[in-house]
Amino acid sequence: MVEPILSVRELVKHFPVRQGVLFKRTIGQVKAVDGVSFDLMPGETLGVVGESGCGKSTLAQVLMRLEEPTSGAATFEDRDLFKLRGAELRRMRREIQIVLQDPYTSLNPRMTVGDIVGEPFEIHSDVAPKGSRVTKVQELLEVVGLNPEHANRYPHQFSGGQRQRIGIARALALRPKVIICDEPVSALDVSIQAQVMNLLGELQGEFGLSYVFIAHDLGVVRHLSNRVAVMYLGKIVEIGTEDEIYERPSHPYTQALLSAVPVADPAVRGQRQVIRLEGDVPSPLDPPSGCRFRTRCWKAADICATETPALEPRTDGHLSACHFAEVRSVVP
Amino acid sequence: MSTVDDELLLEVDDLHVEFRTSDGVANVLNGVGYSVHAGETLAVLGESGSGKSVTAQTIMGILDTPPGVVTGGAIRYRGEDLLTASPVRRRELRGSEIAMIFQDALSALNPVFTVGFQIEEQLRVRQGLSRKDARARAIELLELVRIPAAARRVKDYPHQFSGGMRQRAMIAMSLALDPDLLIADEPTTALDVTVQAQIMDLLAEIQRERRMGLILITHDLGVVAEVADRIAVMYAGRIVEQADVRELFSSPGHPYTAALMDSLPRLDLKGQTLETIKGLPPSLLDIPPGCPFHPRCKRAEQSCREERPSLHRLGFGRVSACHFAEEVVESRG
Repeated sequence: MVEPILSVRELVKHFPVRQGVLFKRTIGQVKAVDGVSFDLMPGETLGVVGESGCGKSTLAQVLMRLEEPTSGAATFEDRDLFKLRGAELRRMRREIQIVLQDPYTSLNPRMTVGDIVGEPFEIHSDVAPKGSRVTKVQELLEVVGLNPEHANRYPHQFSGGQRQRIGIARALALRPKVIICDEPVSALDVSIQAQVMNLLGELQGEFGLSYVFIAHDLGVVRHLSNRVAVMYLGKIVEIGTEDEIYERPSHPYTQALLSAVPVADPAVRGQRQVIRLEGDVPSPLDPPSGCRFRTRCWKAADICATETPALEPRTDGHLSACHFAEVRSVVP
Repeated sequence: MSTVDDELLLEVDDLHVEFRTSDGVANVLNGVGYSVHAGETLAVLGESGSGKSVTAQTIMGILDTPPGVVTGGAIRYRGEDLLTASPVRRRELRGSEIAMIFQDALSALNPVFTVGFQIEEQLRVRQGLSRKDARARAIELLELVRIPAAARRVKDYPHQFSGGMRQRAMIAMSLALDPDLLIADEPTTALDVTVQAQIMDLLAEIQRERRMGLILITHDLGVVAEVADRIAVMYAGRIVEQADVRELFSSPGHPYTAALMDSLPRLDLKGQTLETIKGLPPSLLDIPPGCPFHPRCKRAEQSCREERPSLHRLGFGRVSACHFAEEVVESRG
């Protein structure tokens, strides 16, 4: 059996909310990520979907060690990700890299593209000795489909799609095993989005990368992912293979989310059954007791308020966190 | 499909707008034309920089001048040319005849006034209502767009609303003076899918009840397929194709439209390489000669590089600006 490359267990990240000028009191906790567990297999793409505020970006930040977790564990190739310090942590950082959403703010406007892509070598100087850096950077630019001669240009001279390629080249510089893609194509136009998705697919095959692919666009996630996790208010509510989630969703939230996606085919207009959710997502400061989705769920019963449904195999065997899990096909 | 009334509301005719910038003259609109009837939804589809929002701003008379300058064409609302109308007349029409909602409700609303005040302001200034009557009407409007506990929420500031509620509040504001034509510029782009579904439902329902004309500006092919009656596709400041929504999706008449549809991730092509449109949209400072799409087009021939294709008829109510439009349609049919 293949061992997972990244294994996350009961990960929790709470942000304290403080009030007061001189004596700050903690008046509450934003429960951004609240008990998330999953495994990432080598060479696999795990899609993470959910609406704004569900904690998917916080999850990325914690896995990158940009934020310290409140509790929980993550193992990367037998090493405990959250216990690493100093030189060990720095070495580990090579293995997990991130591609950010906004190609306009994630690149330093005062640095040339060559400096941006080559900056990881400054910190990890043993990966590429000084003499070989220029060639390395040119290779990387070529890999992501940019002209290597443009290494001396500045980010503003590139379009959105090209900037996203620069971000990908930077993430690839240290030859990582895992890349966390946090909404990598959301800021791009449709025609450019397809180019970047193709690039991510090619690179995965070429370098044997594993992706954690975070996005809110369910179509994009489906195209690239082997498995998909659906998040709601800091928890994974359902996780399974792409087929299990899209063809046989069993959690009411997954069903509602899928049914709300507009289908680009006017011939099926009016034939689709859209599950309309009432109201908005509750505040993560004070999430509902029991099942967090119960305030908007049409199946909610007394048990949903008192008992938190476990994420366990239900219906056809994939994991779902609903007391009343039931397969329902919602995508035409 | 909703029944399309015969009454012609808006006609945009050969509209030209340029932006005079320090880098040169950007030809933002190069002869845009479309029309909207009462009760009809026209979707304007295009990527960033294609000119879809500038067209809307010019119709509303809120184009930033400078740098924007209207250099030609006409915009007729019920036969009256807006471009030659006096500023006073334009102000009369704005809000009460043509209203607009924007993508980013947080920056479109004023953060230092309550939501109620911002709705009431236009009622008091334009319709001369008293504070009390305006407040009552504002609460009615918020109820219409299904804001829960409207009587209480009317006193809230925009930051106290969620994203979906802010967009609802903006819809309420745009409906205050009962316009006949509503322009929605990417109304759901900043929202999550479940909220997007709520807002699109609400817009469709209000439109049906009031028989409003709706111009829906978007880049989302899914949203277009769900609500539009007709579609105008824009590229580099021009309409490249206009057709009924079903025809356009089943057999696009312009290579750009066809390529856009092919670049969407599709179920049956999962895991495979997506079709892409090579290259980038042209710079508006330097639009290529001939067909502006030719550097990215798979079909491009010598004639495309030299001669600019004009919009020509392609069956009933359908136009395309491609020399090979008939072949494009047939290759899909």
